[in-house]
Amino acid sequence: MSKPNTLLLEAKSISKAFAGVQALKSASFDLIEGEVHALVGENGAGKSTLIKIMTGAVNADSGTFFVSGRAVPHNDPGIARALGIAAIYQQPALFPHLTVAENIALALETGSGWRKVTWKRRYQRAAELLGRIGASIDPERLVSSLSMPEQQLVEIAKAIGAEARILIMDEPTASLTDREVETLFSVIGLLRSRGVGIIYISHRLEEISAIADRITVLRDGETIGTKRKGEVDRQQLIRMIVGRELAAVFPKRKVTFGNIVLELRNVGNHARGLHDISLSVRSGEILGLSGLVGAGRTELAETIFGLTPADSGEVMLRGVPVRVSSPADAIQSGIGYLPEDRRQHGVILNMPVSANTSLAALKAVSRTGLIDAVEERHLAERYVTQLSIKTPSVYADLETLSGGNQQKVALARWLTVNPSVLILDEPTQGVDVGSKSEIHSIMIDLAERGVAIIMISSELPEILGMSDRIAVMYEGSIVRVLSREEATQQNILSLALGHK
Amino acid sequence: MILKHHQREVSVAIAITVLTGILAIAAPGYFARANLSDLFLANIPVMVVALGMTLVILTGQIDISVGSIFAICGVAAGVLAKTGLPVPAAALAGCIVGAGLGAINGALVAYVRIPSIVVTLAAMVALRDALRWQTQGGWVQDLPSDFQWFGLTQTAYPFVTFFVVVVLVFAFSWVLRNAGMGRMVYATGSNAEGARLAGIDTSLVTLSVFVITGTLTGFAAVLNSVRFNQIPSNTGLGLEMKVIAAVIVGGAAIAGGVGTIAGTVLGVILLSVIGPALTFLGVSAYWERAIQGGIILAAIIIDAARVRSEKHAGSRA
Repeated sequence: MSKPNTLLLEAKSISKAFAGVQALKSASFDLIEGEVHALVGENGAGKSTLIKIMTGAVNADSGTFFVSGRAVPHNDPGIARALGIAAIYQQPALFPHLTVAENIALALETGSGWRKVTWKRRYQRAAELLGRIGASIDPERLVSSLSMPEQQLVEIAKAIGAEARILIMDEPTASLTDREVETLFSVIGLLRSRGVGIIYISHRLEEISAIADRITVLRDGETIGTKRKGEVDRQQLIRMIVGRELAAVFPKRKVTFGNIVLELRNVGNHARGLHDISLSVRSGEILGLSGLVGAGRTELAETIFGLTPADSGEVMLRGVPVRVSSPADAIQSGIGYLPEDRRQHGVILNMPVSANTSLAALKAVSRTGLIDAVEERHLAERYVTQLSIKTPSVYADLETLSGGNQQKVALARWLTVNPSVLILDEPTQGVDVGSKSEIHSIMIDLAERGVAIIMISSELPEILGMSDRIAVMYEGSIVRVLSREEATQQNILSLALGHK
Repeated sequence: MILKHHQREVSVAIAITVLTGILAIAAPGYFARANLSDLFLANIPVMVVALGMTLVILTGQIDISVGSIFAICGVAAGVLAKTGLPVPAAALAGCIVGAGLGAINGALVAYVRIPSIVVTLAAMVALRDALRWQTQGGWVQDLPSDFQWFGLTQTAYPFVTFFVVVVLVFAFSWVLRNAGMGRMVYATGSNAEGARLAGIDTSLVTLSVFVITGTLTGFAAVLNSVRFNQIPSNTGLGLEMKVIAAVIVGGAAIAGGVGTIAGTVLGVILLSVIGPALTFLGVSAYWERAIQGGIILAAIIIDAARVRSEKHAGSRA
């Protein structure tokens, strides 16, 4: 860290209420030149509101916000940008049909709408900015052809180009693989050495202890504390975040396995790049599916679920060969699939909790094709209680619930069909620490009831903590299946990277 | 709760009440039985087709070919009736032709995955011109005597059709709200991929709504053609716009997933009463379209304002 410790940004006793809900109660936060300051807390703790105040999306009700020692009484996105504040969100906000260079130029070039564009300079500038963060992306490529991490690098290049001194990163690693996270971290290191202050928001505590110089915990809109790196361990941090002791980080219990429920024999799916996959899951077992993004984990899940049916090999359910050629077939055979992208695929946001819960089991709540509204309400209420879903009523639209509760509704939908195989694709991604451990408990309960679970996760601690066996994928096939005992972060990672 | 979810229905109902209130005072002649009967008969096609269009729009699609399908079905029913086919069989044939054309549209949208605006625009033009070429612009004349009014008396016919339309409206409304099929339509329109992952055959849902719309269009064409002793081959021009306008005014979101049959019925009533009302109020009938456009614009602006205020109230951390 640089010596003078210049204060880049300071938020003092900030309060903000929305429609009567106190999002921030006298919260404080500061950022020093050349540091990575992590901001952690459960969903709804007030992180997003604090970020919105810094980026000028909203203004605080009370409290003062200083940038480089000067108070900013009224902030708006233009002022924030001029002050050198830039934010990078989980989902990059780029224009997919424009090129990398155009995206960068849109953010940086000023002048009238009639000015002449110098394409050569535009490309040069984009290439130069990307070069500064060590990214080799062709500025002439369309953003829609870029991978998620590449898009993030473009966002960072934009921020560098805008001479940002304060960079806010909101869950930047949520959709990155471990290798991509390393690349991102080296870029963060580079920025830090140039004196840029980085506000880093993440749910992944391992990451935070790896990258952050200081950590500030928010809970219920209040600043619980700011700690230096090494001052707190993981357990203490979790306690600060949730305000209570979590039973265990992973509530894994020993479950006796039953018979093999699902077996794949040399399954291939040419179109999705899968080949020769053999795998089996027993009743009561949690099989972790690990690998880098692009190794074929989601593709395998979608093949089993019939979204993109297998074109070779055999799928056996309880020893009987089956053909699953559509999601409806899969549900009929007792296979459920919780997709990775909750908001896009997992739930229907403008439908109420009740309709979301019953959607895969419409037959069960219907009599001769008609939905029994009372039956449906009972079903939804049962799961709201059982999974402790926080919602004002079963008729509340799903978009009004927090991410963790939405995910629990998505999970409830699959419990209604009493699946014998449940595939969970990143079940706790973007979910706060409290809901995360609740979802883990639900998984164990399901296993105890004899459900065979396949869990895809990019978070190695989750894979190691929850799985009975771990199948590691690399380039469309399973390289090895490890037992819980022999699996370590190191050997999973080396298998995922293709070293046998 | 009711007000929040049925805001649009309430405001359209208020608009209708205000309009008819003004008419009751300024032009009581409007409510003469003959006028109301004419008004009703003239708007049956819009009402019947709008039921199907509501489903199409709920699934996030659109069908602008209904006017052309309407013309073909009416002509087909008339031509078949002239060959000596019994009138009920000819009427059924009209519906089947509509179902078939709807199935072609639906299959192209659901399985070939061409955007519905493109498919039905092509269908609109192709079907209209095919009919013109086939009939050489001629009208179907010399219809059998039992074809007109379905062999009913001219006074009985409106009552019978009124009954049929009411039954259709309630059936559609009820099924959409209470049956699993209705839920599938809403789910497909709200989030097609999410619905597919919940095991709903969204392609089949999409195909079905087009087939239903085609069938209803055929039925509407038959109901309309028996009113006259000849069937013009250029009938149904502009029907699609009136139908889509009624559905949108009734509160259905063009992006899909939001809307009700009740709203559509109110939308049809509002847009239908305006035209003749102008004549009664001494305003030139040429203003009808402009005023309809104004109503649609107002509905959309109110929606946009409401969405914005909801977003504002809901923008929490």
